[in-house]
Amino acid sequence: MAYDYEKYIRPGKLPHIWCPGCGHGIVMKGLIRAMGTLNLKKEETALVSGIGCASRLPGYIDCCTLHTAHGRAVPFATGIKMARPEMNVILVGGDGDGTAIGGNHFIHACRRNIDMTYIIMNNYIYGMTGGQFSPCTPTGDKASTTPYGNPDPGFDLAKLAIGAGATFVARGTAFHANQIDKLIVEAIQHKGFSVVEILDDCPTTYGRRNKYKSVIEMMNRLKEIAVPVKAAEKMTAEQLKGKVLTGVLYKEEIKPEYTAEYAKVIERAKAAK
Amino acid sequence: MEKKMPRIEIIEKYCKGCRICVEFCPKDVLEMKGFYASVKNIEACISCMQCELRCPDFAIKVITE
Amino acid sequence: MSKKVAFIQGNEAGAYGALYAGCTFFGGYPITPSTEVAEVMSVELPKIGGKFIQMEDEIGAMAAVLGASLAGAKALTATSGPGLSLKQELIGYGCIAEIPCVIFNVMRGGPSTGMPTGPSQSDVMCAKWGTHGDHPAICLVPASVQETFEEVIRAFNLSEKYRTPVMIMPDEIIAHMRERVVFPEPGEIEVVPRKSPTVPAEQYKPYDISFGDVPPLASFGSGYKFHVTGLNKMQDGFPTTKADIVQAEEERQVRKVNANVDDIVTFEEYLLDDAEVAVVAYGSTSRSARYAVNIAREQGIKAGMFRIKTFWPFPDKQIKALAGKVKGIVIPEMNLGMCSLELERCAQGQVPVLGIFRVDGEPINPDQILEKIKEVK
Repeated sequence: MAYDYEKYIRPGKLPHIWCPGCGHGIVMKGLIRAMGTLNLKKEETALVSGIGCASRLPGYIDCCTLHTAHGRAVPFATGIKMARPEMNVILVGGDGDGTAIGGNHFIHACRRNIDMTYIIMNNYIYGMTGGQFSPCTPTGDKASTTPYGNPDPGFDLAKLAIGAGATFVARGTAFHANQIDKLIVEAIQHKGFSVVEILDDCPTTYGRRNKYKSVIEMMNRLKEIAVPVKAAEKMTAEQLKGKVLTGVLYKEEIKPEYTAEYAKVIERAKAAK
Repeated sequence: MEKKMPRIEIIEKYCKGCRICVEFCPKDVLEMKGFYASVKNIEACISCMQCELRCPDFAIKVITE
Repeated sequence: MSKKVAFIQGNEAGAYGALYAGCTFFGGYPITPSTEVAEVMSVELPKIGGKFIQMEDEIGAMAAVLGASLAGAKALTATSGPGLSLKQELIGYGCIAEIPCVIFNVMRGGPSTGMPTGPSQSDVMCAKWGTHGDHPAICLVPASVQETFEEVIRAFNLSEKYRTPVMIMPDEIIAHMRERVVFPEPGEIEVVPRKSPTVPAEQYKPYDISFGDVPPLASFGSGYKFHVTGLNKMQDGFPTTKADIVQAEEERQVRKVNANVDDIVTFEEYLLDDAEVAVVAYGSTSRSARYAVNIAREQGIKAGMFRIKTFWPFPDKQIKALAGKVKGIVIPEMNLGMCSLELERCAQGQVPVLGIFRVDGEPINPDQILEKIKEVK
């Protein structure tokens, strides 16, 4: 049966602003399905974003939504979660917003292991400003500010999150649409800072500069590079060259969650009074 | 018992004509008609829902009974 | 029953004032000379179930404060010059999205790292012009430890009443000076609660001007759901570029403060009734000014002092009236002439404005002020 996306969409807000073929809409649908699966109460769910194409997502979703400044979704959300730990706090944004201007906030939220879910739509580019390279743009690729090819090495966003201390890290792609909600569900259920990277496509500002003739070619690339974690176990290093692992990449449940730790601080402070 | 045919609804006011649904339909059910996606061959539809899932624009509904 | 008395620093008084005002959230980043505020809050907040978080940077601290405020907490941050520069981005966000909060900024030497342990009064313009775009500005400048306690409460009250970030800026001398503070009993000083919506959740609009220039603010997690953005917005909180709405909303945001200057602006007039020379001063400098005025009086000079307690909005009409009464205005300040420009603007050429500007990290002493008072002919 067709999925009832309207349940979590604000009336009258569609069509959205994203370009034809942009995967952000696919991710938004995945998020809505995940919210539906978990039956998240709109009044008890905060959806927070920074600036950029992906960060326009909260405007469409019917819950407590906060479209903050560039790179600042994580600390705004941290304030909300600290003030109201009972709220579900979900963040969405792009690779530039999250790993460049917001990079410091990102690694520290990972370190604290505060119970929030951060969905990063990684389309390797600053789309809203017209296609400048981001910290996730692969070396050699073209962007409006790397006309001779990108000299910068890119981040592996998932490894960055794991290294910084996030306790749940997953990766999917916009092509593998039916996996997106499952990853997000697991991330939200995880008690701690969870990161879901969705490899995405920007046909308008990235694809056309990098020899992708169409959205379809970009989608095919996502289809080809993605290797599920389990399948990768049986593959050789040679076979894995140029591939990207998808699925749940890292999960641990030992590290304490931050708001729970702060609740203990409150207990200790009250006892010492 | 006869299997009931799914129905595919294309919401043209949302469709941005990206072709994702058409290109990745495993049974070649859809086609582009002018700017919009359109149903060409509903008999072949296996209700795999991939077109609905992958439509970035909330423009496709696969209705099954 | 006698009241609780303590001998504490301005920074500590600021923290206790915030707690009196009902602050339940502090987000900060260590910076000299303001860290005692964070330290006291880290001790006291968890005792009352409040939350203290030391963020990864100044911007993050400001963001956490705004997020917590949106979730219903009265929220405070403390910083100093370089931190204030970093926070400007999100102070602007607080202004446009209309989120109450208090920024306790201790003024040290600048620009940049400047003189971290030296006093200055050089952030007062930053309080109004630091963030880009037109926006309301409220900035209080206390002159004693007791007043720091009381003015932090007023800062919270104003931020809730006008739904906007409010700054309180003691200079480093006030912040680190120890003085006797008499703590008021609960209820003795008014504490203004947030104006919450009265309409059902489904009818709520975060910028509903049918409730006046300051629309009620619901909290995330309180049963209301709404959208907040840093883009120019409509009454329902969603972005717009419609010219008439943007113009009207921008004007309302500034008007909600500027149309209420009489409610916000506070000052002290000292021996001004018959004064021929007016010393205008604020913060620790006003303490030297008071001394200088007393000496001048002893020497037969009719001097008085106008002490600015609310720097923004600036006491325009009071200064204009003052300039019409005296022969000259003396302004001692620990910067190279910031308040003096405002005084010249308000005095409109009626009388000369003589400045004493000091940025060497030393306080302005009464002798310097007395000398200047004598220059007024």
